[in-house]
Amino acid sequence: MAIVTPEKTPTGERTASRSHEKGPRMTAMVRRLHVDRRYLPVLGTFVVLALILVIGGVRYDNFLSPGVLANLFINNSFLIVLAVGMTFVILTGGIDLSVGAVLALSAVSAASLLQSGVPVLVVLPLVVLVGSVIGLLIGIMVHVFEVQPFIATLAGMFFARGLCFVIAPESIPISDETFVAIASWDTWIAGQWRMTTSVVVALVVVALAFYLLHYTQFGRTVYAIGGGEQSARLMGLPVARTKVLVYVISGTCAGLGGLLFAMYSRSGYSLTGVAMELDAIAAVVIGGTILTGGTGFVLGSVLGVLVLGLIQTVITFEGTLSSWWTKIFIGALLLVFVVLQRVLAARRT
Amino acid sequence: MTNHETATRPVVEMTGISIEFPGVKALDQVDFRLFPGEVHALMGENGAGKSTLIKALTGVYGIDAGEILVSGTPHRFSGPGEAQDAGVATVYQEVNLCDNLSVAENIMLGHEPRRLGAINWRATRREAARHLSTMGLDIDPSSSLGSHSIAVQQLVAISRAMVVDAKVLILDEPTSSLDADEVAQLFAVVRRLRNDGVAILFVSHFIEQVYEISDRMTVLRNGRLVGEHLVSEMGRLELVSTMIGRSMEVLEDLHVRTDHAVDPTDGAAPFIQTVGLGRKGSVQPFDLEVYPGEVVGLAGLLGSGRTEVARLLSGADRADTGTTRVKDAPTRLRNPRAAIAEGIAFSSEDRKLEGVVGDLTVRENMVLGLQAGRGWMRRVPAKQVDEIVDRYMTALNIRPANPDALLRNLSGGNQQKVLLARWLATAPELFILDEPTRGIDVGAKAEIQKLVADLAAKGMAVVFISAELEEVLRLSHRIAVMRDREKVAEITNSEDVGVDDVVELIASGGGR
Amino acid sequence: MSPTTGTRSRTDYSGGLSRVVRHPLFWPLVALAVLLLANTVYSPDFLAISVLDGHLFGAPIDILRNSAPLLLVALGMTLVIATRGIDLSVGATVAIAGAVSLSFIASSPNPGAVSTVLVAMGIALLLCLFLGVWNGLLVSVVGIQPIIATLILMTAGRGIAMLITEGQITTVTSAPFKTLGSGFWLGLPVAALVALGVYALVAALTRRTALGMLVESVGINPSASRLAGVKARTIVWTVFALSGLFSGLAGLILASNVMAADANNAGLFIELDAILAVVIGGTSLQGGKFSLSGTLVGVFIITTLTLTVTIVGVSPLVTPLFKAVVVIAVTLLQSPVVREKLAARSRRRAARPEEVAA
Repeated sequence: MAIVTPEKTPTGERTASRSHEKGPRMTAMVRRLHVDRRYLPVLGTFVVLALILVIGGVRYDNFLSPGVLANLFINNSFLIVLAVGMTFVILTGGIDLSVGAVLALSAVSAASLLQSGVPVLVVLPLVVLVGSVIGLLIGIMVHVFEVQPFIATLAGMFFARGLCFVIAPESIPISDETFVAIASWDTWIAGQWRMTTSVVVALVVVALAFYLLHYTQFGRTVYAIGGGEQSARLMGLPVARTKVLVYVISGTCAGLGGLLFAMYSRSGYSLTGVAMELDAIAAVVIGGTILTGGTGFVLGSVLGVLVLGLIQTVITFEGTLSSWWTKIFIGALLLVFVVLQRVLAARRT
Repeated sequence: MTNHETATRPVVEMTGISIEFPGVKALDQVDFRLFPGEVHALMGENGAGKSTLIKALTGVYGIDAGEILVSGTPHRFSGPGEAQDAGVATVYQEVNLCDNLSVAENIMLGHEPRRLGAINWRATRREAARHLSTMGLDIDPSSSLGSHSIAVQQLVAISRAMVVDAKVLILDEPTSSLDADEVAQLFAVVRRLRNDGVAILFVSHFIEQVYEISDRMTVLRNGRLVGEHLVSEMGRLELVSTMIGRSMEVLEDLHVRTDHAVDPTDGAAPFIQTVGLGRKGSVQPFDLEVYPGEVVGLAGLLGSGRTEVARLLSGADRADTGTTRVKDAPTRLRNPRAAIAEGIAFSSEDRKLEGVVGDLTVRENMVLGLQAGRGWMRRVPAKQVDEIVDRYMTALNIRPANPDALLRNLSGGNQQKVLLARWLATAPELFILDEPTRGIDVGAKAEIQKLVADLAAKGMAVVFISAELEEVLRLSHRIAVMRDREKVAEITNSEDVGVDDVVELIASGGGR
Repeated sequence: MSPTTGTRSRTDYSGGLSRVVRHPLFWPLVALAVLLLANTVYSPDFLAISVLDGHLFGAPIDILRNSAPLLLVALGMTLVIATRGIDLSVGATVAIAGAVSLSFIASSPNPGAVSTVLVAMGIALLLCLFLGVWNGLLVSVVGIQPIIATLILMTAGRGIAMLITEGQITTVTSAPFKTLGSGFWLGLPVAALVALGVYALVAALTRRTALGMLVESVGINPSASRLAGVKARTIVWTVFALSGLFSGLAGLILASNVMAADANNAGLFIELDAILAVVIGGTSLQGGKFSLSGTLVGVFIITTLTLTVTIVGVSPLVTPLFKAVVVIAVTLLQSPVVREKLAARSRRRAARPEEVAA
């Protein structure tokens, strides 16, 4: 068969001309609103968060107390870390299903290593590294072998979950004094706001991720890949390295999340973190990151986690509402955000 | 403007470039040179090798033979990144930037000013603004690229090229989706860059634009170099006939020709009639009538709007102005299904993307159109399928004659025949054929031409598009001439009309 | 040397053996055979089937019965994947089916009556069909990517199931309902018969009507299908609806197995197993050509693997590790990079004798 080199694809041209028509109108609209449309989804998340806070504050006493809000961070610190890692992956247009299992693996390894007397200072970096290595393997599968992220991370999930049970099928309590001391360290900000080690770690991770995404070429390449892998390549950016690295980051975050979870629960159990990857994905999506990649902010993901946490808090406060409403609310919220994103995307192209 | 001819060395010198794809010589011993401070147009019809030549230069394709000198030193780039580093930047027709990022980032990505290792955004925006202002662009560098028109995006892409201090700027069909004002804006920038000594390689299908902006041109045909000319010494008529080529010796002895003496429009009602049908950014409003038993040829260069007309008539694209009547009843062809229901079949020029369902068998591909019309529940009876397959396998001489072969394993010509069979099986009243003979061997070509003539003789209305004017002339009763996305003329075919007449119409724009 | 990778025509081997090796089901069947063989080596009477009370018993029968729910889910998944989609919500649908049917039976005055059970099943299946239609709506009309569209129901679905069971693990005693999961008919488990029946039905539906061809056409080349007039929207909608319906049936069987509706754990991770079975069976996640028999083999491999792990005495909790090995092996074998390398090697090998001859 003859190779015909098409010198013009009619499809590309049509989309191009269409966005060209809408272009000026959109710009005008955005200028009028004084809000860059890139921030619209995050703004939506913020509005939802504020709404829940207001409704909660009106309906329940003590809802807006510093204690409740501080606990929101304490109880969700590990999820914040997971969501941060997931944000990197989703920004490139990928997905990571392995984080829940890797979190469990890290927690179980930590507990098991501490139980057999390995010093804390060795255990802490080691279990985080476990996550990084699994992330690296996944990244290699995705990039070198062109396995779809969905399947590659699914394999990673099965692998990590299986390893958990090989290490210890039953829950291992953590009694190492140094570890417990680190876990139970806390400080009070302004005398009312309690911060634990895990909250500090989570906030540091968020700050680091923010720096990476917005102030380094690596971070901008992450966005560029999400905007168009082909374009990024033609712009001469290091696509291959970046694509592998996002999975390493996600894995590392999952490893760190496992450590935080071990601090939180003072134990390592191989069944923890089941379906936690879904919470992380949901938080990222609700936080305004678009699953096809290229648009979103790590701070949005933090807001997403807080929304999820607040829904839980509201349901606890309500008392009569059963816990399953959490899932239904999250599902409904997901639906709203996804449809909203779809509408925004449809208006753009 | 041509003083560089003797004074300077070319910045790009390609000699004896050959690239072979399986079964096809995409480039055959092509020489090309590009001087600093000139705009050099690369001309040629579809498949002439323009894109391949550009890709050879930028390292997207490796070359099988030849030498590439950039600034006097031999280079074989491994990819666009490496070419960029050597000062060869490309701006593609579909802007290859990230529209989710800001304008400033798209310009500076990878070259951002740093402070303590971190990207210094203020300096980045300032730098970007500086580059934008040299383009004469006054836009907010922190606005997102996607919020700007394609024209602005093109200029941003050029700005990016200037950040890396490109000595050579390749513009691959930059104007194909721009309106007149935007083209003027782009050309102003191009002229400024040329005066600064940048060598610009310009690819466009718009002849007038080529004459407006270029100093020199290289014409390619079928992967070979036809000639290098100063634009001022090359007439439009000469250019068009050089591009199209007249060496159709093989086809001369195929005496397929519709009977021009018969006038199907005589006393009959048109099958389809459009008034002011058009689509913004695609094709200007046009009037067209096609009668039963008539072949209407669309003549024009690539990008002239000939394909766009076909897409509007077949519902592949939706028109945004004008009206269509089918058999004298007003109709809106909203999508291909609606057109098919009206008895309109459309064979797309992009066989691979829009025709072939490669992993299905020949048999399945043949009945796909008919089956789609019936829905999934009512399967086309096996007997009817066998009939269809038997009839067209023989009638179209499809090789191999194995209906259970996967379509992707057939040659281009046979794939095309299977696709024609798919449409014929739906018994259409109007058959729109966009480049049905492109990229297939001569034998299959002759068979398809004969088929078109026969179908018309049996009363089918046909719209026939081809880059080869001889083919259009021999088959059509009437010819609509397209140029720069506009229908510029319509002529009734006769023995007296020759290729020259049509070429002249294309070149002159129908005297407008 | 050529810069582009053109479509390479595969070396045409002559000879029956190589044709067998090249059959897409060859490696999956080998994997299944190896698993069964390993079991037989470990416990020699593994493949033995005994007759007790007119019913057949033995490990192969267990595999058949245990495969039933996964097979049902995987059948729908195969069709969805063939259209370039994916359905993550099947596990949640399984839970909802169990919750609805058992709650209905539990609240009815006569839980043992056949009519009660049939109505319960009918309601459950209808609801699951609706859930499938909902997914189809989001994907084909609203235009949301399948993975996200079904993630919504995956998240909310278990909440809905818990809402129905009011957070309890609903248990009932109903002989007719129990038959579906644990009964025997003609000596064979009813669940297996139902699943195989649906398998035959889907095979007939896809190959007797034009559904199979149109599904593949949409999956292989959506633009060409559109121009050919294929109603892609209807096709995509139909396969999601079927996926919902089949998941519902799987949910009924799983609920009947344990006679309890556990909203949290019923069908947990069944979507992943189903996707795995489909991929092992040779249907590409990129869509297009699908193989129902491949999916059947894939399901048997997963069920046998699970059973093997139990028989060998390893904790069933470690099963994911073996699954990971299978996923990685299969996907790497299917990866374009590895395939190209393998193809290059076999080409070299094939070319050598010719050189000698020449």
